[in-house]
Amino acid sequence: MSTATFRIWRGDSAGGQFVDYTTKVAEGMVVLDAVHAIQATQANDLACRWNCKAGRCGSCSAEINGRPRLMCMTRLDELPDESITVEPMKTFPLIRDLVTDVSWNYQAKKKIKKFKPRPPDAPDGTWRMAQADVDRVQEFRKCIECFLCQDVCHVLRDHNKLAEFVGPRLLVFAAALEMHPLDTEDRLPELKRSAGIGYCNITKCCTKVCPENIKITDNAIIPLKERVVDEFYDPLGWLWKLVRPKTGSGSELKVPSSGLSQSPKAAV
Amino acid sequence: MAEGGVAAALANVDDRDNWRVHFADTMRGGQYVNDWRMAELHAKEAPDRVRELEAWGAVFDRTPDGRILQRNFGGHRYPRLAHVGDRTGLEMIRTLQDHGIHQGIQVHMEHTIVTLLKDGERVSGAFGYDRERGRFKLFRAKAVVLATGGIGRAYKITSNSWEYTADGQSLAYNAGAELMDMEFVQFHPTGMIWPPSVMGILVTEGVRGEGGILLNKNGERFMFSSIPENYRAQTADNPEEGWRYTQGDKNAKRPPELLTRDHVSRCIMNEVKAGRGSPHGGVFLDIAWIKEKLPNAAEHIKKKLPSMYHQFMQLANLDITKEPMEVGPTTHYIMGGVRVNSETQMASVPGLFAAGEVAAGLHGSNRLGGNSLSDLLVFGKRAGEFAAKFAKEHNAGVIDQTQIEEAAGEALAPFDRTPGANGSSEGPYQVQYDLQEMMQNLVGIVRYQREMEQALKELAKFQERCRKVVVHGHREYNSGWHTALDLQHLLTVSEAITRAAIERKESRGGHFRDDYPNKDAAEGKFNIVVHRAGDGSMQIRREPIPEMPEYLKQIIEEMK
Repeated sequence: MSTATFRIWRGDSAGGQFVDYTTKVAEGMVVLDAVHAIQATQANDLACRWNCKAGRCGSCSAEINGRPRLMCMTRLDELPDESITVEPMKTFPLIRDLVTDVSWNYQAKKKIKKFKPRPPDAPDGTWRMAQADVDRVQEFRKCIECFLCQDVCHVLRDHNKLAEFVGPRLLVFAAALEMHPLDTEDRLPELKRSAGIGYCNITKCCTKVCPENIKITDNAIIPLKERVVDEFYDPLGWLWKLVRPKTGSGSELKVPSSGLSQSPKAAV
Repeated sequence: MAEGGVAAALANVDDRDNWRVHFADTMRGGQYVNDWRMAELHAKEAPDRVRELEAWGAVFDRTPDGRILQRNFGGHRYPRLAHVGDRTGLEMIRTLQDHGIHQGIQVHMEHTIVTLLKDGERVSGAFGYDRERGRFKLFRAKAVVLATGGIGRAYKITSNSWEYTADGQSLAYNAGAELMDMEFVQFHPTGMIWPPSVMGILVTEGVRGEGGILLNKNGERFMFSSIPENYRAQTADNPEEGWRYTQGDKNAKRPPELLTRDHVSRCIMNEVKAGRGSPHGGVFLDIAWIKEKLPNAAEHIKKKLPSMYHQFMQLANLDITKEPMEVGPTTHYIMGGVRVNSETQMASVPGLFAAGEVAAGLHGSNRLGGNSLSDLLVFGKRAGEFAAKFAKEHNAGVIDQTQIEEAAGEALAPFDRTPGANGSSEGPYQVQYDLQEMMQNLVGIVRYQREMEQALKELAKFQERCRKVVVHGHREYNSGWHTALDLQHLLTVSEAITRAAIERKESRGGHFRDDYPNKDAAEGKFNIVVHRAGDGSMQIRREPIPEMPEYLKQIIEEMK
């Protein structure tokens, strides 16, 4: 059994420093295993948030050799042999050691209007949806809220626009609602204003760090940006909206008795 | 983590399904020591709870005609599990969170409760601390609902997450509530076993639901050679029929891989013991073989089991569309817990409610896959409603300052201890590891009287060590301190499991005794109840199972 050295950030909001720990490593170990071993034997009070150790709960986010990653899904054998640096996410306020305060994300989430389904399709109060429509939002709904995308986003991290911009995670959340086959809410005005979608300049760093491989920029943010542009900045579209005939209420999605069609909203 | 789905007799895929079949399946799976009233309520109300989630925005997989799709699972007669690929639990968490943030609910994140406060017999609040700063907090409450989950961290190999530390069961026990069925611990047959760092992580039963088969090292499909009598009529006669079942053939019977979890776990143990196991001490779970049956098998597997594909690729360098997985049993769930009223979910302590895994009753001696998510939806709603009703009908209880001071003193004691005279100052982690090892070895899948008696002696020694555990540093987000406080809960529940397991002198469901390998009809007439006596000692009592009403008996008779 060989050993490896870990440089782990120890400290709180008042300050701190990296401390080196050497521990034994075995086949298949992930960074979180090493942190646990250090915690159990050398630094009992090392603060580290974790829960499932299977890449599902999104709790153990950290920066490993400078890259935002889940500690539980980062195998030691994919890292260089030299010392491994583990530090907390930088975008969020530090609580202690590797633990940050991510509660801002839940506050920001409240800015996005909640799910508002169309009336049920069937007399028994149920809905009909095509799997093809469902597949599209399931990509967004598999987000585990690890907030690594928020951590890497330069608008939040370097420019500190937490008040003006909700960040990639919550744009994915908004996309999941906007493209939900049953949803009838209009979130475009708030995406433009309070969510600050215009701040994103499509550097795609968020997509690179997503442990669930969600194509955040291409599949969530860009389509939302396009909708916002169509709604607010397209002069021809603006003119059309002035002269187009009224189409009645928002319940445009009726299921034909012969079968299913993809919902127009989801197919944008 | 919850991957397979939520069981509800929606009858979207097979219209022969209804609450009566679900009820009978749940009772058969639990070997008839279930709380039959809870099993009835659960089967009747689960479909509405699933539809409610959809109305709140959950996006389940669909049938070709656009309704909620349902999949096969162990012990369920018809395809019954509403699901989202293999991440159904995450979908539920997200739906409830997204719905909840707009309900004006105040959430105290990362808080730990150290004791429940009482005013005479009833609950009057809860006392704990926030992990971030380590500051104590008092919650005055007319009613308290426990939803703290299970006890998996009492064992070395577990699929459970960090927070499954038995705190809910232990808080309730210490507040004077009764626990029930604590001997029934479920060992899920398929946990990862290699590499060592991932040991115990769940491999969903959905793999078998989609056609995955279990093989020993000789490539034999050993499950076909041990089908229990009471399931023979429902089990496939040959592999071909089993495959057809997984692909939705309504005339086919289920493959033996989808027998109940207790049985499959023991069959795997037997193969390993007989020297027919896989290189790392488990057996093989093969889904890749379906390429013989389906033209686009690899894509199909990635679509149906995305998390499993991802999990094995990333953690074990193994492509499940090409190679079999190595799996073995992992501690997954406790059927027992706080004894509650079937309708209201109130414990024997007035004002204290429990829902989900922390409560006992629904699952009897063995839980069917998919019944946990429906359990927590059905009884979570009931517990909430009846707790609200209780709160409306009662005045606030009196908060007793001495209870608070005592709890605060105990919680801080690990900081105040000085290292022993010989310079030894044991931290909490080693004690926890040793406890997990001991429970795994002595009160695990196969149990012996002698070993369990040994476990009780060991537990007494652990109590001693626990009382001396030293914690370093300060109170802010101190993982060592949190672990030290969890230890007491783990010890309490380990003792309850052990004492109940010694008391039940038969094998039933999750409780298997080598010295009493068969079911005993006389033992099946009781639940075992654990409570705290006035002198602080743990007492065991046998509680007769109430007579089932005629209409329910008839259902079970019909579905035999």
